[in-house]
Amino acid sequence: MSLRTAQIRLVSSHPEVYEPCDDSFALVDALLADRINLVEHHPVLCMEVGCGSGYVITSLALMLGQEVPGVQYIATDINPYAVEVTRKTLEAHNVHADLINTDIASGLEKRLAGLVDVMVVNPPYVPTPEDEVGREGIASAWAGGENGRAVIDKILPSADKLLSKRGWLYLVTLTANDPSQICLQMMEKGYAARIVVQRSTEEENLHIIKFWRDFDIQMDAKDIVPNKAAPVGVMDTLLSQVHRLSFRRSASSNNN
Amino acid sequence: MRLLTHNMLSSNIKGVANGFPLLIEVEKVIEKQVDFNPDFLKNIFPKIEWQALVQASRSMGYSELPEESPESSMLDSDDFLMKFHHVLLELHLEEGALVCPETGRKFPVNKGIPNMLLHEDEV
Ligand SMILES: C[S@@+](CC[C@H](N)C(=O)[O-])C[C@H]1O[C@@H](n2cnc3c(N)ncnc32)[C@H](O)[C@@H]1O
Repeated sequence: MSLRTAQIRLVSSHPEVYEPCDDSFALVDALLADRINLVEHHPVLCMEVGCGSGYVITSLALMLGQEVPGVQYIATDINPYAVEVTRKTLEAHNVHADLINTDIASGLEKRLAGLVDVMVVNPPYVPTPEDEVGREGIASAWAGGENGRAVIDKILPSADKLLSKRGWLYLVTLTANDPSQICLQMMEKGYAARIVVQRSTEEENLHIIKFWRDFDIQMDAKDIVPNKAAPVGVMDTLLSQVHRLSFRRSASSNNN
Repeated sequence: MRLLTHNMLSSNIKGVANGFPLLIEVEKVIEKQVDFNPDFLKNIFPKIEWQALVQASRSMGYSELPEESPESSMLDSDDFLMKFHHVLLELHLEEGALVCPETGRKFPVNKGIPNMLLHEDEV
């Protein structure tokens, strides 16, 4: 059997670049768990935002491999050392992705809009003081500002632009990021969501959420959001509705 | 960086109205063979800005693409598809720069990776 994930011993490293960690492994496990669906989905373009060591995009390329011929991969990172390390990791596994050193998808949003079939993101999600976000070097790998949402909240609108009509997004989140609220926000943009992997480690409780466009859900989201500035109590019932709704969706809708 | 990605990339400097296509300054081009996949080429063809691709391929030293945007019937021609494949996926800008067509700002490309990071006054 051919390799299905990147091999740690072949993953390059640099003191300023995030090394594959529990979150990286959880994301790759989520992709593996969904691999059959991904193969059937037959993506044309896959993209990673924040590729770090390259462990995730390399694994994605390996697991789709020969079964899905002709897929092209693009990956970005704001850290110049990270894209360089990703390049080495890809080369060591004999796979290719075009790499761009940029902030999220800056420079790509016009022409790549609506073309990305699969996007994978393990963002900087750790709650930190706001001024730690986007600093140079390794700190940008985890610093997520208030609730760890500073970068996530910029990635989501960008993902919405870039994803194709049949696009899927796999996103790593922490409980502190308020995943239900992220799902609700994405629902308003017309995405259904499902948790593919949930994992508790000593330090954190990770959810890998998969989003896909579902045109009915947008209408439902409107139904259940009577008023954006809803008081906290109302918010709670909304969120339980979101859970029910996404549960119903994933139970009824094909193979997402 | 391959020309597929070049075709998807624009100058991201604040205030630039049309940052596409980026001009290419070549120091080094390399070629890497990629499996020929006609389905991918047919899928992506409608998304490609033809003039930008032709211009880019010429800067990279390849001049066999037809100047005029090809009819989609050309996609039945293996000869055409092979050239399209080669230009889109096999030519890499390894060293050089991408130049914003409006401001002349250069984005360096080192070891095949364009640096699109902006200075504070460009965001
Ligand atoms: C948690 S690490 C994940 C790295 C790798 N994908 C993994 O799973 O091991 C987050 C990555 O996002 C990058 N990053 C942070 N802010 C970014 C931004 N605004 N645009 C692009 N990448 C960013 C960091 O440099 C870092 O490599």
